Parts: sequence; C-alpha cells; structure tokens
Amino acid sequence: MSASLEKGINALKEQVDSTVAAFFSSCVHCGMCSDACLFYTETGSPASTPINKAEPLRRIWKSEYTLLGRVGKMFGLTAKVDDELLTNWETLVYDNCTLCGRCSMVCPMGLDIALLIRKTREGMAAAGHAPEGLIGATKRAVTIGSPMGVKLPALMAQIGHVEKDTGLKIPLDVVGAEYMLLLSSMEIMNFPEFIEATAKIFDKAGVSWTISTEAFEATNSGIQIGVADIAAELVQRIVDAAEKLQVKTVISPECGHAYMAIRWEGPNLIGKPFNFKVRHILEVLDEFRKDGRLKITGKETQRLTYHDPCQVSRRGGVIEQPRNLINMFAENFVEMPDGGKMNWCCGAGGGVSSNERADEVRLKVFQRKKDQLDEIKPDAIISACSNCRIHLEDGLEEYNMDIPLMSLTETLAEHLAD
Amino acid sequence: MTNNKDKTLGETLRSQGISRRSFLKYCAATASMMALSPAMIPKIAHALESARRPSVIWLSFQECTGCTESLTRAHTATIESLIFDAISLDYHHTLQAASGHAAEEAREAAMKENFGKYLLVVDGSIPMDNPGYSTIAGISNYDMLMESAKGAAAIIAVGTCATYGGIPHANPNPTGAVSVGDLIKDKPIINVPGCPPIPVVITGVLTHFLTFGTIPELDHIGRPKVFYGQSIHDRCYRRPFYDKGLFAETFDDEGAKKGWCLYKLGCKGPTTYNACATTKWNDGTSWPIEAGHPCLGCSEPDFWDGGGFYKSLSMPTENIAQTAVYAAAGAVAAGVALGAMNKSKKNSAAKAHNKTTIDDLEK
Amino acid sequence: MNEIEFLSWVRGQGFQIAVIIFIAGVIIRFAEILLLGRKANIAEAKGSEMSGGMRTIVSRSFPDKNTFQRSTFTVVAGYIFHIGLFVTIFLFAPHILMFKDVIGFGWPSLPTPIVDAMAVVTIIALLAVLTHRMRDTVLKFITTKEDYLVWMLTILPLITGYMAFHRIGMTAPTLLAIHILSVELLLVVFPFTKLMHAFTFALSRWYNGAISGYRGVQS
Repeated sequence: MSASLEKGINALKEQVDSTVAAFFSSCVHCGMCSDACLFYTETGSPASTPINKAEPLRRIWKSEYTLLGRVGKMFGLTAKVDDELLTNWETLVYDNCTLCGRCSMVCPMGLDIALLIRKTREGMAAAGHAPEGLIGATKRAVTIGSPMGVKLPALMAQIGHVEKDTGLKIPLDVVGAEYMLLLSSMEIMNFPEFIEATAKIFDKAGVSWTISTEAFEATNSGIQIGVADIAAELVQRIVDAAEKLQVKTVISPECGHAYMAIRWEGPNLIGKPFNFKVRHILEVLDEFRKDGRLKITGKETQRLTYHDPCQVSRRGGVIEQPRNLINMFAENFVEMPDGGKMNWCCGAGGGVSSNERADEVRLKVFQRKKDQLDEIKPDAIISACSNCRIHLEDGLEEYNMDIPLMSLTETLAEHLAD
Repeated sequence: MTNNKDKTLGETLRSQGISRRSFLKYCAATASMMALSPAMIPKIAHALESARRPSVIWLSFQECTGCTESLTRAHTATIESLIFDAISLDYHHTLQAASGHAAEEAREAAMKENFGKYLLVVDGSIPMDNPGYSTIAGISNYDMLMESAKGAAAIIAVGTCATYGGIPHANPNPTGAVSVGDLIKDKPIINVPGCPPIPVVITGVLTHFLTFGTIPELDHIGRPKVFYGQSIHDRCYRRPFYDKGLFAETFDDEGAKKGWCLYKLGCKGPTTYNACATTKWNDGTSWPIEAGHPCLGCSEPDFWDGGGFYKSLSMPTENIAQTAVYAAAGAVAAGVALGAMNKSKKNSAAKAHNKTTIDDLEK
Repeated sequence: MNEIEFLSWVRGQGFQIAVIIFIAGVIIRFAEILLLGRKANIAEAKGSEMSGGMRTIVSRSFPDKNTFQRSTFTVVAGYIFHIGLFVTIFLFAPHILMFKDVIGFGWPSLPTPIVDAMAVVTIIALLAVLTHRMRDTVLKFITTKEDYLVWMLTILPLITGYMAFHRIGMTAPTLLAIHILSVELLLVVFPFTKLMHAFTFALSRWYNGAISGYRGVQS
C-alpha cells in the first residue's frame, strides 16, 4: 500500500549512528561470523554469513555517511540500495537470521552484527520487503492484540480452567499489585500450565500480583519485523496498563524476544524511562529463592540440560538465574556444550517461527541443536522461552529424537513444597 | 714534461729506480682491486710497461681543487703517483708550470697533436645559468668543455661535481650547475665520484684504460663497477653491530667508544657505493667510519641534499611532526564539518520519517 | 629523477604528503563516526557500559574455545601476521629512529636478525591468508576488491623492506626509496579502507561491550 523504497532508504539512514559507523568501519571481512552462525554452519551457504546480511545498511552508511562514499556517490560509483537488492536480501535478513547475536559475540572486531541486522530490518520493512507471515502476525498484534490472534475471551477461558484446577484465584486488574504478569500467546494457547505454575508459585511466595485484561500480551511483533513505530505502540499498551494498575514490576514471561522488547528496547522505543521495573520471570523466581520464599521438595534424578534462549541469556543477561533455580531440584544437571551466553540458537527466534517461508530452513539448522544434544544425551531439556520450546519440540520430532521439553517455571512449580 | 712524452712507462719506472718486483706487486694489487684473475697480472705489467704515455688534458671548472689535492696526497714515490708522472699531463691548472696564453696554447697544441686519442679529465661542474659564473682565459666552462671533448678518446669525470653536479648543484643550485654527463652524450664517460674520490680509484681507472684500451664496465650511473660495485654498508667492518642492533647513539657514548654501528648518527653507508671500506684512505691508514664518523654518501648524486649528514636514512627529511600538526588542525575542522553534515543528514532522515503503521507494511 | 632524488623525495615531500593524508583521513573518519552520536540507553541498567566496553576491548582478542576450534586458521594466521607486523614496524631499529624523529621519543629495538626472521614469517602468513581468502567458500563470497588491494598494500612494505635490507635486485637507494614509497601508499589508503580497523577496533569493541555490559552480559 504505502511502503516504498524511499521510505526504506530513509529508515536505513535513520538507523545509522556512531555504533553502526564504528562497526562497519572495523569489519575486515575475516568471515569468522559465519562460523558462529547456525544458518551458515548447517547450510554451508556463504550468503548466510552474518555480516553479509547487513549489506543494505552498510551501503547506506558507506554512501551517505563517509567521505569516500559521498565522493563515490557523486560519480555514481557506490553500490546502491534498490528493490532488487532488498528482494534478494529479504530471505537472508528474515528467514536466515534469528537475531540470536552469537556472531556479535565472536566478531574479533567487536561488531554487534545482530544489531546491524536488526537495524537493517527497519529499512526492509519500510520498503515493503518484510515476509508475509510476519506482516500478518504484526497486523494481528496491533488489531487483535496478539500475533496469534488470541483475544481476551480465550485468556479468560484458560484462566477459568486454571482456577478450577488449582482452586486459586487468578487476580485480574488489581490496582496496586506488586507484580503484573505478561503472557505470550503461545503460553495462553499451547502452555496454559505456565499460568497455573505461576499462580501456584506466587501464592506460595505470598506476593501480590495481577494480570491486566487490557495488556496481557508480552510478545512484540514490531521488534521482530523491524518497525520501531509499531513496536513502540505495543510497548505503550503495556506501559499504560502498568501505570493504570500502579504495579511495581512488570514480569516478562518465558519468552525471549518479549523480554528484549519490554526490558531493553521498551523505554528506548517509547522515548521515556519506565516508572516500574521489568523483570523476566526467572529473575523474579530467583529473587524469591534468595529471599527464601521458594521452598522446594523432591529432586529430579534424570539427566537435565538447559537451553539458553538467546534473547534471555546472551542478549538479555539472565544467565545465572536459571542455573540457580535448576540446582534447587536437579540432581543430574549437565550444561549444554557452549551453554550460557554462547549457546546456539534453536533456529526459530527473531520472527523466523512466524514466517512460514522459513519452515524448511529452521528445521534444517536444527541439526546444530541436535549435535549439541547428541554430545550430552540428556533425558529432558529445560527452557525458558515458549518459542524455543515449540520449535525444539518440532525439531526433535523432525529428527526422530525423543527428549521431552520442560518449562523451568512449570518444573519448579511441580517441586513446590506444601 | 713534453720531452718525456715518447718514453714508455717501463722506461720511466726504471729511470726512477723502481724495481721490477715492486712494479709487479703494484700490478697484482691493481688486478685484485679490479677483481681480475691473477692470470691477468703479466698482461697488466706488459701493457703498462709498453704503454706510450697518453696525452691527458685536465679541465677544472666549478670545483674546490679537493680532487687534485686528493691525488697529490698519493704519497711520495708510490707507483700511483708515478702513473701520473707517466702520463703526459698536458694541461692542468694546478699542476702545470705554464700560465696565461702559454697554458691555453699547450692545451690547444695537445688537442691538435693527439686528436681522437687524448684522455679528457674533468673536475668541477659546469654553470649553465650564466657563463660568466666561471670562465678560464675568457672562455666559458661550457665552451671549453665542448671544444675539448671533441677530440677526446674518452672522458673521465673526477669528483662528484663533475660526475653529478656535486656541491655547486646542491639546492638551490645558484649557478645552474650541471655535470659532464648532462652535457656530453657522444663520448664514453667514466664517472669517478667522491668528494674527493679515492686516489687509487683514479689511478685504477687509468691503469685499466692503459691496460685494455677500453673503459671498464660501468654501473647505471657511469661508475666503474670494480670500485663502486658494493656499498659501504656491505663491506663495513662495523656491519655486525648493525645486524645485532648495536648502535652508537651519540659521538661520545659507550657505543661510539666500542665502535658500534653509526647508522643512528646518520651514516649513509647503506645507500652509498664506493671503495672506502676496502681500500681505505691515506695509504690504507683509515677511513671515515673507522675514524668514528658516519659516511656522508659523497659518491652518490645529490649527497648534499639528503636531509642532513646526521639524520638517519630511515628518518624523513622534512619536519613531519609539524606537518602532522597542521594536517591534524585542518582535519579537525574538516572532520567537524563532515560530522555536522552527517548529523544533519540523519536529522533530516528523522524529519522525513512518517509514522509506520500496519497499513504501511506492504507496497 | 635519479635514484637519490627519488629517495630524497620519498623521504621528504612524499612522506609529507602521505602523512597529511593519513592524519587528516584518520581524524575525519573518527569525526564522521563519533559526531553521528548515539542515543543514551534509558532502559534500567543492569551493568556498566564503561566496564563492559573496556573489558571487551581486551577480551575480544581471545576467542572462546568453540570459536577457536571453528576458525582456527583465521585466528592463528591472524595472530601471526599481526604480531609480525607489530614487530617489523615497531621494533626494527631504523623504524624506531623514524618514529623518534617524528614524535620525539623512541624505544628499544629487537636484534635485527629477529626482525628479519619475523618479516619472513609475516610474509608467509600473509600469503597463507590470501590463499585462504581465495579458496574458502565464505571468504570468496564476502571478499571485495578492496580486500585484495589492502592485502597487496600490506604485504608490499614487507617485501620491499626485506629486499631493501638484503639488497635484492636493485641498488640500495632505489630499494630503500621503493620501500618508503610502499609505506606511503599504505598510509594514503589507510583512512579510506578497512585498514581503519587498526584504530576503530577499539571503538567497535567498546560499543559491543557497552551494549552487552549494560544488560549485564560480558561480551
């Protein structure tokens, strides 16, 4: 409708700042980022070299913001950004990158390549080169309130079930509650056990909490598709609800990009600091543990491992908390090879799971996760991101592996002492 | 001197009481210096003994007489000096007895008598800006050179002034000095540079000419390879210190006392081709580097303009620090301007931003 | 122009021109980068930008085990030629004299045979790096003409320096002049190519470390 190349180029120009300029100035084309990216290691396609994915943004930086590029542009010598380029790059930027940021950790020059690709998406989306699946999810997120089209009645129905099963009251729209819990659509639709688990833990911990009926959705398609305006709008809904209910802390659920959106990008998107805190559910639970509010009984004897969701661990900084919590109930915990901040992505983050076109490649690159798992042969995998969880289950099925997936919060709830 | 003209060198030697033994010793030394095989010694001896003393005309232009001084310091009764006695030096300002018209007549007579056969030796550069800068008997240096060169069998340019312009040619070259080679293109020219050249090198070149009747093999700037084939640095006895990285930092430090490499004191040995390190000076007594002073590079073109005698070869010759400061000052201004342009471009991109809604995601 | 004039020019005016372009270029590039500015992060901080940034400037020189295993050649060859360049450029006595003349102070040099050997090692490493670049699928794909130009201009001073030191093929003044000229070429293109990473790597690593450090992650 109104997306255009001009808008895309303008968006890319807006994205260039001193970090972008310093990053591109430092790239020596060593190719080490490719070895850090599962979309290269598992496909062998050199086009999937992370830094190559940021090429549209690099061209804008070079031709608009460097002396040599400006001169070159005058003589028509600099590489242009046009629709052909963006068409060719669309699958690289959206289908073959999960913004997992592993490349950003190995680049010897310190380029935050994931950030560059995230910024490139701003231009791609404004130029009308976002994938259909993500556009659909984004539209649903804005119009319906959830990328999966989950509406309040659906949540209410699940809450009804949970209340019936547990006998606990799920507090809705409680003004002045300490915590406001956000949920991802996936949790509402696929894993309502999460709501149950949280309710149980909070009840035992004796803290006041609530769910807002006006802003319960944690996910943010805006940051996945790369439209800051839409991302800001979605963040604003949560901010409005949190301010209305005067909560002290907003809790991001077991979802990677939701945490990135609300915790780290949120205030910067809307342009003002929050007057409440934002914590990942694992951070909150670890606080409970430290305060002695979390009483655990019984041990898991099976061999457990933890899959670090990229946006929670590497990009989010929640690394030791899950390990503290797992240690409360796991007798036989084994770290994933490269676990922690260097963990390999499941292959479906950063909007890849909303993009049907990427289904084939995301399952192909799951080979990386399979190799990791083959090395340690766990009995079960714990994670803290519903999106990882769905894709891991998908991948394990595809590769005929029979390893159950567990949510950390849910497993913890199962071990709550009475 | 003219009455000796018909004597051969052998006869002259004998009349001077030089033994055959010491003559052969000289021939052997010459052969070794010129890197000839020992089998050549008898040939050299024979050629020298039977050589009819060729006529030599020596022209001095813009020079300091240092080259002649160097030659006359070739000690008493050495064979080298006798070689000079043995040639027929028909014209030489400093050494000839005749003066005024008689001197010029001697030159003209020698040229006429030996047309096509005489050797022309030149020291000093030729001023081209104004002929009046240097004249002899009312004749400009240029005219005299061109006239004398006509009948020469070969020309030997002696000293750096005659070979490459030397000190008169140094920046800013007020007289427009040029070398012999700049003016004469149709005669064989042997360049024997040095400020001054080593005496035995001059006599060696003469010996070669007398022995073979040809000019020796020359390098790309006209120097006999046998004497100028290796750099000072390559033959320097202090070279091991360079290789080990042991340098004198000042003229009176421990390194200087221990005889370490003089590179840091500006030695031009690495880029200078001459025989000083092997023949030494003053009858093999010593040479500049042995005396503790860096090589000035005097046998190379433009040695006077090489950025200073005490500036190491690896140092830039201009004031780079100052250049850098000026460049930096200018660049800060330019950088701020370009940075401001970047900032304003980014700001206008932000201004041009229309809020993107879900209706703007497709074309 | 004879060889001594050539040598005088590269030691004089040529050097001046190269230094002007180099200094001005580097300053302009830094101004272009820094004056773009970046927005302050207003999310609640979990760690320090400064300490994260400073840490990454250092830590990014040491790849983690998995990265080393996956990119062994790049890391090892990269280390060798960077150390080699450092030694040949900064620890060779004549070079130190040059720096001393320009910036007013010097430092101790390494024995010449060590520098000589390092030059050979560096040349070999750079040749290996080039071969790798021309044969590796990824590198072939991402390599640009600029990469080859920069490679050429980096190895040239090493080769010409080696030739000048050992007097191979030409007269000493010509070799020395060519060597200095090759360095001047390197200086001239430096600010406008990826060679700038020699300076901007610190900036880039700092930003990377700061972005992560702010979120409490050591990157």
